[in-house]
Amino acid sequence: MSPITTTPRVPRRRGRRGSSGAPAGQGFFASLTPYLFLAAAVGLLLLLTYLPAVNMLWYSFTDWDGLDLEKNVVWLDNYVQVFTNPQIFGVFFVSLYYFGGSFVQMAIALYFAALLSYRTRFSNFFRGVLFFPYLINGVAIGFVFLYLFQPGGSLDTVLGWFGLADPPQWLGDPAIANVSLAGTSVWRYTGLNFVLFLGAIQSIPGELYEAADIDGANKWQQFWALTFPGIRRIVGLSFVLAVAGSLSVFEIPFIMTGGANGTSTFVIQTLQTAFNFRQVGLASAMAIVLLAIVLLVTFVQRKIFPDEKVDLT
Amino acid sequence: MSTAPARVRMAGLSATTVKYVSLVIGVIVTLVPLSALFIASFKTSQELGQTGPFDLPANWFNFENYVTAFVRGGMVEGFLNTTVILLFSLTGTILIGTMAAYAIDRFHFRGKKLIVGLFLVATLIPGVTSQVATFQIINGLGLYNSMAALILLFMGTDIISIYIFIQFMQSIPASIDEAAMLDGANRWTIYWRVILPLLRPAIATVVIVKGIAIYNEFYLPFLYWPSEGVISTSLFRFKGPFGAHWETIAAGTVLVIVPTLIAFVFLQRFIYRGLASGSVK
Repeated sequence: MSPITTTPRVPRRRGRRGSSGAPAGQGFFASLTPYLFLAAAVGLLLLLTYLPAVNMLWYSFTDWDGLDLEKNVVWLDNYVQVFTNPQIFGVFFVSLYYFGGSFVQMAIALYFAALLSYRTRFSNFFRGVLFFPYLINGVAIGFVFLYLFQPGGSLDTVLGWFGLADPPQWLGDPAIANVSLAGTSVWRYTGLNFVLFLGAIQSIPGELYEAADIDGANKWQQFWALTFPGIRRIVGLSFVLAVAGSLSVFEIPFIMTGGANGTSTFVIQTLQTAFNFRQVGLASAMAIVLLAIVLLVTFVQRKIFPDEKVDLT
Repeated sequence: MSTAPARVRMAGLSATTVKYVSLVIGVIVTLVPLSALFIASFKTSQELGQTGPFDLPANWFNFENYVTAFVRGGMVEGFLNTTVILLFSLTGTILIGTMAAYAIDRFHFRGKKLIVGLFLVATLIPGVTSQVATFQIINGLGLYNSMAALILLFMGTDIISIYIFIQFMQSIPASIDEAAMLDGANRWTIYWRVILPLLRPAIATVVIVKGIAIYNEFYLPFLYWPSEGVISTSLFRFKGPFGAHWETIAAGTVLVIVPTLIAFVFLQRFIYRGLASGSVK
């Protein structure tokens, strides 16, 4: 298959794994090889992530409607509007419901993860059931909970068994609707946190627990002294995901209420501004603001948990 | 004297009770919303109006709603389209991702730090927000309202799989490449004959994690392919014509969930592992 190599080459030095593999003599074309391997991935990355990001920044300084050939530069007008128009900035407060929900979610996940890290009967079954909602299609979840929250529906029936008559309008009452939606979100995402926490807990060496047992530490002390420090990293990461996630909530409210009854989130607002109201400039400014906040949160998290560097190479 | 151990045993017993009771509550909270809809999917329209949500259907073999959902709800089209998209996007993602990972892990070249940094930063951008501008690109390429737009987006915006491939590649000793090189294989041959087969476990992980993500994706098909449906958007459209017919919506929803359930039961272990390697990074 290959030309016979006459001079057996000495295996390269250890320690510099995969250093420029170009055999001497093939020169220029060989040095192109890594770029050829990367071409598709980097090309798509630039085309679909960075070019849009740069464009978005540019649009955000204009009054573009998405169709017009001319874009008038309005500088910071869009940003001023994002921060001063309560109709736009106000929806940020809706995120607080989801942010609160994410703490409930992490607490439940942590509780079950700690519980199931001990020997438990049917633990695979419990694990599977708790995790499964995370895999379900978002539209399906939307319908499941629309049905659940219907007036006189399943939830009201269950509450009725416990003697709770006169339930609120779960999605119809603006005072409750966001709580209902955040609850749906908790139901959907707890499983992911749970599995991540469980994995982290199980990677803590068992001998540590045996030693703690011998020292007479009870389960509660063991949790705070061993388990929690052992999973601090993943809890920190989940916290960042919770902030970023609650700011960019989209699917559940969009599918279930379409943003009615004060349930519109910042992302729903952004997309409606762009695609329904054709104010691409303003929408871009909104997206940039969101992006800046997410980057800021991630940066702060990296400062707080510096040991959590992502080593890619 | 004998009270102390007894008390410990009692405490242990009640702790066990609390444990199992809370687990059962967790299971109930998870399953009740799903089972309510499952029950509804077997009821006739009239039955649904007259009975409570937890009254069992008169006939468990009433599949009429399923037929309606499947045929009139456009779910056949949805399943077919989703399958085709899955096939193309997954193949593309695997080829693009493994090649990129091979280059990043096995070569030293100018600009490597920059490229790795670009991939890293890209994970921080919430995808749904940048659609404001991505839309213009897809539109400019003339791909709006086509399946190709979705395939391109699914292939191009997946950085997590590149991570998974790189991570796995690091565990494959470079001496294998070197041995192949001594035998005279060039880089392409090594990639195709050596690396790609060795990456099989990572490929399986990506197929599963990415497959679930594509199956569940809602907004991209909603925005970029309005004229036809994938599984999510076909189901979403039930809101219109079947708005008052919860029995049909319920059947459609169950139809969408069942494939996920089957996949989960068979692939449990791989799914957990894949998610851990995907999101921890």
